[in-house]
Amino acid sequence: MFRLRSADGNVIELEPEHGESVMDTAVRAGVDGIVGECGGSASCGTCHVFVPEEHLARLDPPEFAEEQTLGYTAVPRTDASRLACQVPAADVDGAVLDLPERQY
Amino acid sequence: MPQTASTGAVELDLDPFSDETIHEREHFDTTVRETAPVVWLSRYGVWATGRHAEGEQVVTDWQSFTNTAGTGLLDTRKKENWRAPSPVLDADPPDHTKYRSVIASVLSPVMVRTLQEHFEERAAQMVDELVERREFDAAQDLAQAYPLAVVPEIVGMSPEGRENLLPYSELNFQAMGPRNERYRRAAERAQAAVDYAATAVLRENLDPDGIGMRIYAAADEGTVTEQEAALLVRTFVGAGVDTTMYSMGLTLHALMTNPDQWALLQSEPGRARNAYEEALRWATPGPLLGRTTATEVELGGVTLGAGQKVLVCVNAANHDPRRWEDPDRFDITRRANGHLTFGKGVHACVGQMLARAEVTAVLSAFVRRVKSVELVGEPVKLDSNWLRGWEHLPVRVTPH
Ligand code: FES
Repeated sequence: MFRLRSADGNVIELEPEHGESVMDTAVRAGVDGIVGECGGSASCGTCHVFVPEEHLARLDPPEFAEEQTLGYTAVPRTDASRLACQVPAADVDGAVLDLPERQY
Repeated sequence: MPQTASTGAVELDLDPFSDETIHEREHFDTTVRETAPVVWLSRYGVWATGRHAEGEQVVTDWQSFTNTAGTGLLDTRKKENWRAPSPVLDADPPDHTKYRSVIASVLSPVMVRTLQEHFEERAAQMVDELVERREFDAAQDLAQAYPLAVVPEIVGMSPEGRENLLPYSELNFQAMGPRNERYRRAAERAQAAVDYAATAVLRENLDPDGIGMRIYAAADEGTVTEQEAALLVRTFVGAGVDTTMYSMGLTLHALMTNPDQWALLQSEPGRARNAYEEALRWATPGPLLGRTTATEVELGGVTLGAGQKVLVCVNAANHDPRRWEDPDRFDITRRANGHLTFGKGVHACVGQMLARAEVTAVLSAFVRRVKSVELVGEPVKLDSNWLRGWEHLPVRVTPH
């Protein structure tokens, strides 16, 4: 289980299926704040999320494609930024992830 | 002599480049997909997969399935190629990373958003003119005309010589297949166009406000050389025109031949973007993607030798019943993301957001102005080794 908090403070709790990414789970649940247009290719930047520090440290660092896509998200990246399609939902179990104001 | 498959592999004597396959993919795609996860196409000495899972593995795992031998049928390291290798298409990380990020930065979602208004205006203009006429060729006059007009505009290329773009781009894609008659004809037609493409993308010939010049800005910063910048602009123009125009025609045709989906889009034009996504899945303009094994590697239970070509049959994978429910149904409400039309991972189409913006703009303009559309003549299919699409779609429209 993990939670997503929209820019205006709404929190929604999500239950991932086995092996899903955070983007997959959010899109399946119809969460508005995550688009996921490229289907998880790390190339559209429309699944931008902010991950709390303690969970961030536990994730594998971003690969090439994610690193470069994070460079041009609609809301500029911060140190907490990740692409939800590259984050296994199981790795953020219990976390509250923040959504940017917009993805386009 | 073609190489032979390793023992135990299923061999098929099917030709992905025969007239039959090019004009009607279904038999080839279904046979490749349903025979085995991976098959050996003995005629060309290459592997092929028509399954979504294996196809996804091939396009995602760039370390095992390299782009450095070209993304077509032939190993460009062995055969002399008609053009210099593209630093972004025919390369892998780390080299590829630098070049891709230059293009990615000028085609980012944020950049594309700034172009949206321009795309919508041009789409409205073009559709208005066509609706006036009532009868027109939806392939030539809309699906082809639109990207041919807007892509050079946004790149900042001079209008002069633009008629060369199509033959240039055509050769680019014909050359991905075998050196057959289609390739030879395209090469003849493109002679002047190759020179045009080399000079039209030079700094001095570009508008300072276009995105072409933003690529040169990377050269000014020392990220890439002047010559590499020119190759990147050329790659972008060569890869972004044909693919977009054929996918637009395929989308229009899909809607015309599925009246229930057309009616749905009529009542909810906001679905245009997803309708395009579904059309990208259902009728991909790029039915094949080529990679080459870097080492011995396992795929779908078969061990592939090093240095062998693998063709991902994208259309087959996009219709794989293991991945999609009711895969042959065109359904604009479906969640179609995850199709392999744009590839995936580090080599995923860098222009995909631009294509979405262009086609969605046209589709929205079209569906808002046109109440009904019908074919009034025999549509003509494109005759290409590597792309699929409509050359002619004669239609009559009734405005709202
Ligand atoms: S879904 Fe496109 S970058 Fe994550």
